[in-house]
Formats: sequence, structure tokens, C-alpha cells
Amino acid sequence: MEYAVFAVAAIIVLAGAFGVVVSRNPVHAALSLVATLFGVAVLFVAQEAHFLAAVQVIVYAGAIVVLFLFVIMLLGVDRADDLDTEPLIGQRPAAVLAGLALGGALVAVVVTSTVTGAPRSGAEDSAGADNVTQIGRLLFTEHLFAFEATSVLLVIAVVGAVVLARRRRIEEIDREEPVTDLGRDDGSAGDADEPVEEHA
Amino acid sequence: MVELTWVIPALPLLGFLLLLAFGRRLGDPLAGWLATATVGGSFAATVVVFLGLRGADGGDAHRYTQTLFTWLPAGGFSVDVGFLVDPLSITMCLFVTGTAALIHLYSIGYMHGDEGFSRFFVYMNLFVFSMLVLVLGDNLLLTFLGWEGVGACSYFLIAFWHTKEANASAGKKAFVTNRIGDWGYLVAILLTFFALGSITYTDIFAGAGGLATTTATAIAVLLVIGAIGKSAQLPLYVWLPDAMAGPTPVSALIHAATMVTAGVYLLTRMNPVIAQASPWVSTTIAVVGAATALFAATVAVAQHDIKRVLAYSTVSQLGYMFLAVGSGAYVAAIFHMVTHAFFKALLFLGSGSVIHGMGGEQDMRRMGGLRALMPVTAATFIVGWLAIAGVPPFSGFWSKDEVLLFAWEKHPLLWAVGLVTALLTAFYMGRLVFLTFFGEPRWRRAGTHPGGEAEQSAAEVADDGGGATSTATAVTAVAAEQEVHPHESPWTMTVPLVVLAGLSLLGGVINLSFLSRLQVLEHWLEPVVEAGEHHLDSSSGVKLGLAVVATVASLVGIGLASVLYLRRSAADRPAEPDILLEGWHYDQAVSAFAGGPGRRFFDATTWFDRHIVDGAVNGVAALIRGLGGVARGLQSGYVRSYALGVAAGAVVLVAVFVLRGVAL
Amino acid sequence: MILAATPISASWYLGLSALLFTVGAVGLLVRRNPLVMFMCVELMLNAVNLTFVTFARELDDVGGQVVVFFVLVVAAAEVVIGLGIIVGILRRRPGATADDLSLLKG
Repeated sequence: MEYAVFAVAAIIVLAGAFGVVVSRNPVHAALSLVATLFGVAVLFVAQEAHFLAAVQVIVYAGAIVVLFLFVIMLLGVDRADDLDTEPLIGQRPAAVLAGLALGGALVAVVVTSTVTGAPRSGAEDSAGADNVTQIGRLLFTEHLFAFEATSVLLVIAVVGAVVLARRRRIEEIDREEPVTDLGRDDGSAGDADEPVEEHA
Repeated sequence: MVELTWVIPALPLLGFLLLLAFGRRLGDPLAGWLATATVGGSFAATVVVFLGLRGADGGDAHRYTQTLFTWLPAGGFSVDVGFLVDPLSITMCLFVTGTAALIHLYSIGYMHGDEGFSRFFVYMNLFVFSMLVLVLGDNLLLTFLGWEGVGACSYFLIAFWHTKEANASAGKKAFVTNRIGDWGYLVAILLTFFALGSITYTDIFAGAGGLATTTATAIAVLLVIGAIGKSAQLPLYVWLPDAMAGPTPVSALIHAATMVTAGVYLLTRMNPVIAQASPWVSTTIAVVGAATALFAATVAVAQHDIKRVLAYSTVSQLGYMFLAVGSGAYVAAIFHMVTHAFFKALLFLGSGSVIHGMGGEQDMRRMGGLRALMPVTAATFIVGWLAIAGVPPFSGFWSKDEVLLFAWEKHPLLWAVGLVTALLTAFYMGRLVFLTFFGEPRWRRAGTHPGGEAEQSAAEVADDGGGATSTATAVTAVAAEQEVHPHESPWTMTVPLVVLAGLSLLGGVINLSFLSRLQVLEHWLEPVVEAGEHHLDSSSGVKLGLAVVATVASLVGIGLASVLYLRRSAADRPAEPDILLEGWHYDQAVSAFAGGPGRRFFDATTWFDRHIVDGAVNGVAALIRGLGGVARGLQSGYVRSYALGVAAGAVVLVAVFVLRGVAL
Repeated sequence: MILAATPISASWYLGLSALLFTVGAVGLLVRRNPLVMFMCVELMLNAVNLTFVTFARELDDVGGQVVVFFVLVVAAAEVVIGLGIIVGILRRRPGATADDLSLLKG
């Protein structure tokens, strides 16, 4: 039974991953990513990590992928990428080579060695408790400091996102004033005329 | 009470910082009062520390070290900022802060109305701070810091009126000449560290006895080179006469009383090392001192500029101190340093008062008869004159007598040179006094602008020589337009004069040589100089005889001067040989050497520095830049190339783990 | 748990996550669209998460799952900032690829 679950989930995961890599359209890539994430969530369930499976679906598939899709739509870049040319000489063969070597080495590790190590000594304490209780107990005792640190990290991320978004606003307002002086019709053309951007 | 040591240099530093920040706003004369107050407070602190050191605080050796913080921690080598208070340094501090306070007070009057008023006091306070660091520093490097600090302040103050080309180049001359001496000092520090592993004075005193003679000799010679530069001895004296371009209080404080004695202080401080060195080192010091004393005295005889006479006199007196150090008479050297600080500061300030009253005139040939118009200046100046001439019971007599006595024991020839110098000193100082304060007034004839060039006025006087009466009317007509009104100086200037005159008169009491019990200074300094001090073995008859001979020499010099100059009028031809006026053409010789054969040598060293030394440095830089240019290609700016690198690294890492796992 | 009665070897999970990681890494190396590159990073993160959960079960230690929790949080923060930057770049230069942003070239 578990083999069947694993086989189906693994196929979904790998197919989704390949989909991300080979899709010309970013929207397709995002949808493939959702498939992969669902597959991983299933594997979490198969390994009794029910809480993480839920979080995986809600945060990853729900929030993060939606964020990706928002950005894609917002920027209007939902057009096909050109996958036939590769500007960096030798990048693609080198990447494939590196991928083969990395995958081979990792699989070699898995094949040549077995999982060892003693079970956690305090495991008996929470043996009877369910998955969420166990994680919660660990989070708020042993990993309390790290937990608080992640809250700080999230605050910083929020502030950073606000700053990144706000600066554009001010720049756009600043940019629009000279635009009218120069007789341009609207600010949309201003984006490309910034002197900094002429490097492209 | 010795814990207050840090206050002594801190107060002038505070004054310096305050004046730097608010000096302009305080203006004239508040900035001057602030500066004077800080130095005066420093003097008070010194007195407190001195009393503490005399009492129980200092212990038997009267020595106390106060460490403030670690300055340069570098592995096993570390330099602390610490102050060493012992009889020598506190004696120096007392007279440095004392005379500095008086000269600051004097400067308020002297610099009144100058547009650089507050800037002047900024430099002066910085100078006092640096001098105190020099004196109090408990290691060679801290002393070197003060040493360079006073050098920089000296440079700033010589070139104080820097808009005039001559002043600016006089400052540069002082700076460059001193640098030669500083090199010697710096190498001496390194050598001391290599030899003893420490550069604090207490370690040096403890370890000096174990030094090899050659090492001690090398250190001593290098220190002597440093001292020769700072204390303006032959052959590096040339900067001091030119340093008179600065304001007169600067000449009094820096170039007479304090900074130029730093070399003597350093040699006294390091006397255990000199005692350990070969005997020829101290002989060299004595010979250099004696030669400088005689040489400068002969030049002083012929100078017309009142400040140049005093400048050469200072060089000559510093030669005396070197003679004392070379003769193993460290106490006498410090004694003469102290009395010299009193009377030479007095003489400089007096001459400044005269210059001030004469509206900037410095040529003695256009002075005369000022006694009646400037009574306080004249009276105090005469006290200073008798002191430097060595007339008993003025302070100069006692200290000079001490130096001559030790010189006699070193070698009678040195004593003879010292005696001739004493005679010459009495003579040229008599000449100065007679020309300035006695005789007929010649300043009414001052036709040229105040402070005119010496050559110009010399030519003028020579022309006047023949027909004085015929040109008299024309000269009076010129003088009517540029009338000089000599007048007495304000009280801020006369009070320091009176105080210094009192000290010049009585300063000898700190070390009266005829009774052992009265040799206070000698007993006080004994723990510091015991390693190097020479012990007298002359009988009291010899001592008395030498004193009488010295006194007679002084009186003869004064008598000669009075015969030649007391009744002098402006019409007389100059009595001095030109070669003395030109300082034996020493300056020209130096210029000729530096411009000719020296120039080629300097060019060669420049080439070596530019191509070999700089070449090595630049070569390394070029090599690194070349390698960087190669590595630069890796920085393509493409994120994916970097990611490829990361992936390759990950592959290697995993591969290593796999292979190790297999091997296990 | 019925499935737990016949557990399959942890090696299968680990092998799967190795492949997932490799696919993500290759995708990161060959794609030029910054958004897709970002998705590839997420693939690699998920591969690592999978190994953590596998080890947590194998060693009977919930600590591994806690680490995954932290990785999720960090990934969320990273996506917020990363997408903010990408939005900033692509607004100024529509259609830019990672290769166009090579101003820091030596």
C-alpha cells in the first residue's frame, strides 16, 4: 500500500519538477510547482508528518505559489521564454554535467550508506502525544529562541517588502514632474528613460 | 597627592581643545587669559605633586609611575601612556610650567591687537602640553611623542606670521634640521628595544648596567645626535638663530627656556646608558658643547639684531649644558638649565618689551638711552644681564661656576674654553645692554621702516659714517615723518619681567656650592643621576680659585664692553668683524655643500628610494593587480555562472564524503 | 496506521529527494527567467524538507519536523523579499533575464 502511495507521489513530484524546469510559460511553471508541492505534502503524510503536510499545502501551495502568480500577472510576463538559445557559452552542458554528477553523488550516498543513529532519548516523553502536540512542545521549549528569531525575521521581511514597494512610489512621483515639463504624455514612458537603465 | 600627575599635562590640553573650538569667539584678550589660566593651573598642580613627592608619597626613591592606559599593545611589546614622576621630571615640570605661565601672561600684552591672537595661544597651549608629555613620559616613545609635538609647535610658531616668506622658510629650516636629530632618536628607541626588550625608563635604569659596551655606545651616540638637533649644537645649530622670526614670547619660551633644553634633559634622563658607553662618548659631548659655546659666543659678539644676539647666546649656553653633561655633571647641567630658563626668558621678554616699545625695531644700532623711558624693562634686563654674565651673587654665577668646575676636572682645556666663553658672554651681553639702554638715543634717526633688513641698515650706517653732521638735518626731516615713541609696556608684560628678575637674582639658592648642606638640588636629583654623575675630588682651594677666576673673567668682559660701547654714537664705524656678523660663513658653507656635492648624493638616495624601495612596493602592487586582472575574468556578473560554481563545489563536497564513506 | 505496518526503506525517500534536488539545481542553472529560477530554488528547498521529514521518521525524532517548520518560515520571508526585488527589477526593465543583470561584472 505504502509503495503505491510512494510511487504515485514520486511520479507527481518529479513530473512537476521537470515541468517547472522545461515550461516556456512561467504560469505553467508555477502550476507544475503546485503539483510538486502537493506531491511532497502527500509524502509528508505518508511519513506521519501531518502538521507539516497541512502547512505545506496552506503556506506553499496556497500562499507562496499564489504570490508567484500574482507577480507574473502583475508584471505581464506571462509570455513564453526563449529556451532555444543559451547566451552563456557552455552553460547548458556544464549544467547538465553538474546535475548528473550531483544527482549521481547524492544517490550514491543513499545507496552506499544506511541511516544510523540512536533514537532521541526524550522520545518516550511525548510518545503518546500526537504530531502537533509534539512539534508544539519542542518549538516552545527547546527551540524557543529560534522561534522568536524567526518572528523577528518575518517582521524584517515585512518591513523590507514595504520599503521595496514604497521606494518605487516616490520615484514614480518624482519622475512624473519633469516628464510634464518635457512635454511627455504620461509616466509610462518614463520607466525606460531613466539614465541608470541605459546600461542595458 | 602624586595621583594628580595626570592633571599637569591635562590642563594645557584642555586649554588647547577649548581654544581650538572657541578661540576665535573668545577673541582678544579672553583667549589669552584662558590659556594663561590653564598653564597657571598646571603649575599649581605641579607644585602639589612636587610637595607630595617630597613627602611620603614618593617613597625612598621619590619615584612614582602613573599609567593611564595602554597605547600600543603589539604582542610581547606594549607601550603604555604613563607618567614617570621623579626628582628630575618634576624639577623640569616646575620650571617649564612656571616660566610658561609667566610667558603666557606676557603674551597677552605682547600679542595684543594681532589678528592671529587666539591661534597663537592655541599653539602655545599645545606646546606646553607636548613639553609636559616629553618631560613626564615614562618611556622613550612617549617622550618622542612630546619631542615631535614641541617640534611641530616650534615650526608653527616660528612661521607664525607665515605670510612673510622669510618667516615661512625659517620654520621649514627648523623643521628639516630637527629631523636629522629625530632620526637619531628614533633609531635609538629601536636599538634600546632590541637590547633591553623594553623602552620604559624604569626598565632602562634597571637594565642599563647589563648592557654591552658597544650597544650602550651605539644607543648613546644616537641619543646624542637627537639631542644635538633639538638643542641646537654644532653642527645642527643653524635653525635656532633663524627661529627668531617668530614672536618674541615664542623665542623666550620655546627657543630659550624649554624646548631647546629637551636634548639636555634626554641625555640626563638616559645617563645610566651613557655611563655604560665608552668614555669617548661623553668626551665627544663635552667637546661638542665647548666648541658650540665658544663658536656661538664669538658670533653673538657681532650681531646687530637684539634677538639674534640672544639666540646665539642661547646656543652658547646650551653648549655649556652639553659641556656639563659631557663632564658627568648632570646636576650642574640641570641647574644651569633652570637658571638659564629664568634669565634667558627674562632677557628675551625684556627684548620683546623693547621691541614692543620701539614699535617693532630690532636693530640695536637704532636704540640707545632707553633706560629712562622704560625703567622697569631696563632694570629687570640688567638683572638678567648680570645673571648670564656670571656676576655673583646672581643665579648664573652659581650654575656656571658648577659647570666650569666639572669641566676643569674633565680636562683643563675644556675649562679654558668655557672660561673664554664666559668672558665673551659678559662682553656681548654688556654690548647689548649698553647699546640698548645706555648712551645717546639713536632711535630718532630711524628712517627706514621698523624691523628693516640688517644689510640695508648696515649699508646706511656705513654711508653715514663720514659726514654725520652734514646729513643730520636730512635724517631729522625723515624722522619727523616716522617718529618713534618708546614707551613702557603694559603691566601684563612687566609683571612677568619682575618675577623672572627675582628668580634670576635668587635662583642660585637651590644649589649653593660652597656648603654641602645647601646643595639642595644635588641631593634632590641624586637618585636619578647616580649612575652617571662624576664625583668631584678637587680641594676647596681649587674650587675657590676657579670661582674667582671666572668672576674676574666676567668683570673683564663687562669692562671691555663698557669701554667699547658705553659712549658709542651712531656715527662710529662698526667695531665688529664682518666674518663674525656672518656667523663664520657657516650657513653659506652648508648651503654650498647641500647645493653642490650634497645635491648629487641626495639625488642618488632619491633615485634609490624611488626605484628600489618604491619599486619593490610598486612591484608587489603590480603583481597583485596582474593576478587580479586574471581572476577578474571569473567575475562575469552572470548569476548563473556563479551558481554553476556553487554546484561544482557541492559536487566536490559530496564526492569527498562518498569516497570517504566507501573507504570506511 | 495501517501503512506503517509495512514500512518501505527510507532510501527510497532519500533517493527521490536527491533527484528532486538535482532537477531543481539544473533548472536554476539553465533557466534565465528570474521567477522560474526562484521556483527552482523552492524545488531544492522542498527536496531538503523531504529528507528532514524522512530522517525524523527514521530516527523517531520530531526535531526534524521542527527544522522543516523553520525552513518554511525562512522560505516565506525569502520569497517575499525576493519577489519584491524581482518586481522592482522587472518594472524598470520589462522582460529582463538574469543574464541582463550583470552590472557587477569585474
